[in-house]
Amino acid sequence: MVEELIIAGFGGQGVMSMGQLLAYGAMEEGKHVSWLPSYGPEQRGGTANVSVVISPQAVGSPVIDFPTSAIVLNTPSFERFAPLVRSGGKMFIQSDLVDCTTQREDIHCYSIPASSIAEKLGNQRVAGTVLLGAFIEKTGILSKGSLTAALNQVFGEKKKHLLPLNIAALEAGQRYICDF
Amino acid sequence: MKGNEVIGEAAVYAGCRYFFGYPITPQSELVAYMAKRLPEVGGCFLQAESEISAINMVYGAASAGVRVMTSSSSPGFSLKQEGISYLAGAELPAVIVNIARGGPGLGNIQPSQADYFQVTKGGGHGDYYTPVLAPSSLQEIVSLTREAFRIADEYRTPVILLGDGMLGQMMEPVEFEDEKPLPKVREKKWATTGTKGDGPPKTITSLDLNDTQLEIRNNTLQQKYAAIKEKEVRVDEYLLDDAAYAIVAYGTVARIARTAIDRARKKGIAVGLIRPVSLWPFPATIISEYSSVLKAILTVEMSAGQMIEDVRLAVEGKAPVFFYGRTGGVIPTVDEILQQIDRLTEEVAI
Repeated sequence: MVEELIIAGFGGQGVMSMGQLLAYGAMEEGKHVSWLPSYGPEQRGGTANVSVVISPQAVGSPVIDFPTSAIVLNTPSFERFAPLVRSGGKMFIQSDLVDCTTQREDIHCYSIPASSIAEKLGNQRVAGTVLLGAFIEKTGILSKGSLTAALNQVFGEKKKHLLPLNIAALEAGQRYICDF
Repeated sequence: MKGNEVIGEAAVYAGCRYFFGYPITPQSELVAYMAKRLPEVGGCFLQAESEISAINMVYGAASAGVRVMTSSSSPGFSLKQEGISYLAGAELPAVIVNIARGGPGLGNIQPSQADYFQVTKGGGHGDYYTPVLAPSSLQEIVSLTREAFRIADEYRTPVILLGDGMLGQMMEPVEFEDEKPLPKVREKKWATTGTKGDGPPKTITSLDLNDTQLEIRNNTLQQKYAAIKEKEVRVDEYLLDDAAYAIVAYGTVARIARTAIDRARKKGIAVGLIRPVSLWPFPATIISEYSSVLKAILTVEMSAGQMIEDVRLAVEGKAPVFFYGRTGGVIPTVDEILQQIDRLTEEVAI
């Protein structure tokens, strides 16, 4: 199965890093993957998105016109990508920041209060990791183990202390989405 | 790794130890990578005060017989054209990277293929060509960067590696181990490394005030280009065996086209892909051969239609050639190309 995911939000919310973690996780599992940032005169606070394609075969187009999944972290991104998600696809909404629901009945929509969940863990900044936990749980595209390995790789020795909190965030996201 | 960084590591892997550059989006990561990487392998990185300065530093290093590279993006690449003409005239090996962006003028920083004419038809003044290699994936960057240095050394010519902002900015897994390292730089007898008092002085120049002599020099260049045309054509073919239609596309657009082709095949349309990997020399013979059995050809580019001229020359009217292009940094989508494939089948049916 080919997963074509778009993660979108404001610059500074960690959209690019979330995509990068998934890309490393896919590499960990020996899958083909491409990571393509929206690229323009971007700045902190502006809108940004990243396209991640995870595939058992070599990735053709790294550009996604109709994603199989979307993770949206702000309202403009919700408005832009909600109509584009492929029929039968999944949409993950950071519901602390996006107060919208889609009228579409042909896609699965999950509202996740990621900041609140992250805050309970002690740091709002792991909200992105919470969303990733929810994403892998619902799509089954990557295992928690390979995402943990990816986190380990990204943090390295210097930021090793952040690993337990991020693993807890992944698990919290997984647990939250189980109730849907 | 990002595409830009892969070019840097691939160059180091191919034995490049000298890099002179000037930052410009969307290729700046390559300059930054070389600044960090070259000192680690005993090489030299220098940020020049301009693109013009950088290309002339390349001229100097190439004259001394070392593997050397510079890089830029469209507007900066234009500034290097005078220097590239000098490199071609003086028969100096070097690799020049163009991670193209939307133009003309200062344009923007999004991906584009509108520098095709400039890189494949010489670009600077005088009768010269530069071999042009156009990778479409990060793994292919590794092999083609190596090839670029090989061709440069073998034929004593500047070689262009052409990508776009998408290729430069995206990430994909790459393996360097699978790639054979390029043999060490052989002694270049022509290089100006000093005669140590032994033998006549060596000179490297593109200047020849005697017209007869300059014509001889031009003839030598043309013979070299004929040899490159004969031996260095590269093309990738996809699902062409039973194809009634073919898309011709290169670089990142070829990948988008490949996905569109996969989807068209599911709908039962027999379409394949001809992907020129060397843009000069252009794979004209292969396109010519296929055109006599194809019903129609579609050229897709991120330009207003540049490579299509070479495609039409190769096809020589044997099949209708259609065009689809986006400009200004807009990337054609899979869906758009799919619609064009449908149009192709309808037009030919009429």
